[in-house]
Amino acid sequence: MTASWNRIPRVEHAAEVALGWRGRALPDVPRPLLAHGLGRSYGDVCLNPEASLLHTPGLDRFVAFDAATGRMTAEAGVSLDALLRFAVPRGWFPPVVPGTRFVTLGGAVANDVHGKNHHQAGSFGDHVRALTLRRSDGQVLEVTPENTPDWFAATVGGLGLTGLIETVTLQLAPIRSAWMRAWSQRFDSLDAFWELNTQSEREWPYTVAWIDCLNPGAGGRVGRGIYSGGRHATTAPRKDAWHERRRSIPLDPPVSLVNRLTLRAFNHLYYRQPVHATPRAVHHLPWLFPLDAIRHWNRIYGHNGFYQYQCVLPPAASKDGVQALLDAIAASGQGSFLAVLKTFGDRAAPGLLSFPRPGATLALDFPEKGRDTERLFARLDAIVQEAGGALYPAKDARMPTDVFRQGFPRWEAFAEYVDPEFSSGFWRRVTA
Amino acid sequence: MNPMKNVVLFGATSAIASAVARELVDTGARLFCVARDGEALEALLADLRVRGDDPDGARILGATADLADIDGHAAIWQQAQEALGEVDSVLLAWGTLPDQAACNASVDETLEAIHVNGTSAIALLARIAPDFEARGRGVIAAIGSVAGDRGRQSNYAYGTAKGMLAIYLQGLRNRLFFSGVDVVTLKPGFVRTPMTEGFNRAGALWAEPETVARGIIRAMHRGRDVAYLPGKWWVIMTIIRLIPEYLFKRLKL
Repeated sequence: MTASWNRIPRVEHAAEVALGWRGRALPDVPRPLLAHGLGRSYGDVCLNPEASLLHTPGLDRFVAFDAATGRMTAEAGVSLDALLRFAVPRGWFPPVVPGTRFVTLGGAVANDVHGKNHHQAGSFGDHVRALTLRRSDGQVLEVTPENTPDWFAATVGGLGLTGLIETVTLQLAPIRSAWMRAWSQRFDSLDAFWELNTQSEREWPYTVAWIDCLNPGAGGRVGRGIYSGGRHATTAPRKDAWHERRRSIPLDPPVSLVNRLTLRAFNHLYYRQPVHATPRAVHHLPWLFPLDAIRHWNRIYGHNGFYQYQCVLPPAASKDGVQALLDAIAASGQGSFLAVLKTFGDRAAPGLLSFPRPGATLALDFPEKGRDTERLFARLDAIVQEAGGALYPAKDARMPTDVFRQGFPRWEAFAEYVDPEFSSGFWRRVTA
Repeated sequence: MNPMKNVVLFGATSAIASAVARELVDTGARLFCVARDGEALEALLADLRVRGDDPDGARILGATADLADIDGHAAIWQQAQEALGEVDSVLLAWGTLPDQAACNASVDETLEAIHVNGTSAIALLARIAPDFEARGRGVIAAIGSVAGDRGRQSNYAYGTAKGMLAIYLQGLRNRLFFSGVDVVTLKPGFVRTPMTEGFNRAGALWAEPETVARGIIRAMHRGRDVAYLPGKWWVIMTIIRLIPEYLFKRLKL
């Protein structure tokens, strides 16, 4: 049974097929179809209950690479991990990476993913130069932002619904080292965060903050945390070797290890970790992908799984909105291990359904606790809707239809481009 | 250590051989890849050329050939030798996983399965052996299977072909030992490849093609006689071989 990373929902598929080669007709399995990469989204954008999944990790070949310009064409099932292994030693880097490198290029396009450098680099789709898209009527479209801007805008962030993405051409960015220069600093309130953020974003290409959403900071309000900034280094440290110490959660614990007690303790300890106000050398892997060092980390939530809640609030409503969200979470007594706060840059995202937009984005995870969780999400939804914000489809297993439609007003224009033989659990849910 | 500088991969687009090719490209080897499906071969070569920083295809080469067609063997072997100069290693990796139920219902299916997985490989081995023998060095490796160690009702057409191949390799190893050529029988267990799609592939017995590929290269470098991949299959198959036939025939395997 194929599930997404948060293990909610649990569904059955009519058929699952592993694709092996590009350029082949779509397999003869029950319609509708949906491509499924590494299943790192948190919900049902990558699931197709009662219908068919096309597994893409077998489409893992590079197609062409121009070593002079850094332009890479690869099959859609190539992972960012594989791309990094190839590109970093050659002095190139994917211009946008999300918080895990175990995602496919096709998935990165379909969700128009963003990273810690959004304020400077935009989203993944901003660096895609071409796509090949196989439609169920047998057509193979060469999609580029110049020649087919409408198909490009529909397919970037298009949740895999416009057809099967077979190849992706990506403009890589030059780097001079596999290492980064990074710093971190505690802040004791959201006000302090905003101040730190304004100055840091101007100078640092990568920025992100972790928020302690359980223990109050200055003034007795929730909002303390740790701010980090980083950039690609121009040199490597003297000791250039770095080995990932891989750990793994070997099996499902019988109950979720995430509860009020462990959360409070974890958040407290995390806040007290040593910080490095002066930039120091850090290898790019642990800095950009800290959770990738722990395989199967999703198992800590046990068999029942967990939810991610990631929203974006427009700039005018960001300050009050984020505080309101954190207050609501604190009041509910539920909390999150990794609450992440970041501001997006001002550029408009390339896709009709792209999530990134100017404002602040807050990402949280919550163990599945039935009615309590539902009530909390309803409260958070109300804050997001009042602020005129949106929830991230890639991290959603439950958003109500009206929240989706308000957050993605161009969804009807997008629907025109949906392949009649493609669909997903998410799409059926929010358009029902 | 056998050098693996100039390698011919027969059946290169199979998942295991593709993984071997990726590993070898990193070592700077020159490759000649043979596969039946032209489009798939082009996709494989393009990938290897990107990985090997060989955009013009100077060291990563290939040609299409249906290796089940024995009449074409001489020509493709000739072409590979001309392309690489001196061939120091070959890997035979083509095959299919026949449907045993279909074989039970059809003599032709049975013989076809044995031809594709066994006889055609033996034909190529017989073709290339004299060239290795004359040169007096190199390594010939072929992918057999744990299925060839004992006949089981669920896949004995395939098992027959792979068992036959293993015996042929044994004899060839004995013959070429005296001219300094290593003959390596590779016996992968369960591997997550398109060939085994549709099986329930969870569990500790299933290996990734990359793991098996590294084992293949190690075995070829060292000139191992027989290599179970991963190694634990030696233990499993030893136990399976020791089960008395009067018990074995009663098992549903």
